[in-house]
Amino acid sequence: MTIDSTDRRIIAATQAGLPLVAEPYAEVARWLDLDEAEVTRRMARMTADGIIRRIALAPNHYALGMMANGMSVWDVDDARAEALGAQVGALPHVSHCYLRPRALPDWPYNLFAMLHGPDRASVEAHRADIAALLGEACRGHDILYSTRILKKTGLRLKPEV
Amino acid sequence: MRRGPLPPDALDATDRAILNALQDSFPIAPDPFGRAAAPLGLTGADLTERLARLRDIGAITRFGPFYDAEAMGGAFCLCAMSVPDERFDEVVTLVNAHPEVAHNYERAHRLNVWFVLACETPEDIGRTARRIERETGLAVLRFPKLREFFIRFRVQA
Repeated sequence: MTIDSTDRRIIAATQAGLPLVAEPYAEVARWLDLDEAEVTRRMARMTADGIIRRIALAPNHYALGMMANGMSVWDVDDARAEALGAQVGALPHVSHCYLRPRALPDWPYNLFAMLHGPDRASVEAHRADIAALLGEACRGHDILYSTRILKKTGLRLKPEV
Repeated sequence: MRRGPLPPDALDATDRAILNALQDSFPIAPDPFGRAAAPLGLTGADLTERLARLRDIGAITRFGPFYDAEAMGGAFCLCAMSVPDERFDEVVTLVNAHPEVAHNYERAHRLNVWFVLACETPEDIGRTARRIERETGLAVLRFPKLREFFIRFRVQA
């Protein structure tokens, strides 16, 4: 899973988005003085290698009326965490779902699921749905609402490293 | 980024169908918008026009490839700290001064400061976390991602 300097140029040219034109890959190829087939071949390879996770739109939760969001966290039986995590991740109001290590004794939770809803009551309803889904495999849970953004910077790859 | 909701009539049924359909599997092939538009009963030109409008009104933040930063060689880690109220501003200033701190949220919990470290290498994550611990005298708990379950977000059709 390696990328070369041409891949990096493609990444730098497209990480803010694809051009909304009939032939976006041909347009990117023109920018970079490559041909379209090379751009699509490389992007298909990066997709197969997991470097491109998906080509998609990013919904703006706030604009779509999802004004409340909470980081729900769950202490799930390790033996079942993988299978249950996939089910939680597939719920419609979960935008991100991860397994992470616990930090005992401070932090017993290993499954993180970001929940969205128009208000806190609906976020709490989604949380209750997850609790029902996890059942006895869950030993405890909590939810952390964000109260303030303290810093936000975009992640941007430099064109050359 | 738009932080408030759009007026209720900002999106029609076609916009909602597009929002739900284009959350993965966009083709890497000639005429990709035409191919993605066909199941929605649209032309490629309809689709690019609507995507441009959805972007302009802030319904979407972007359209394009999502790159896995770790696969490209970077390292990321969610971190949390428990910061006493009386030291909050001082500690947040120390934390945010590190360029490796990509974003940082205050959350209502005993662990009240949650930030993401974005570094060139996994070793830099540990180094930066330990530096923040030395500077602040507070523990930095590290929650690296072990597994991600990606999934689409659906709007009511």
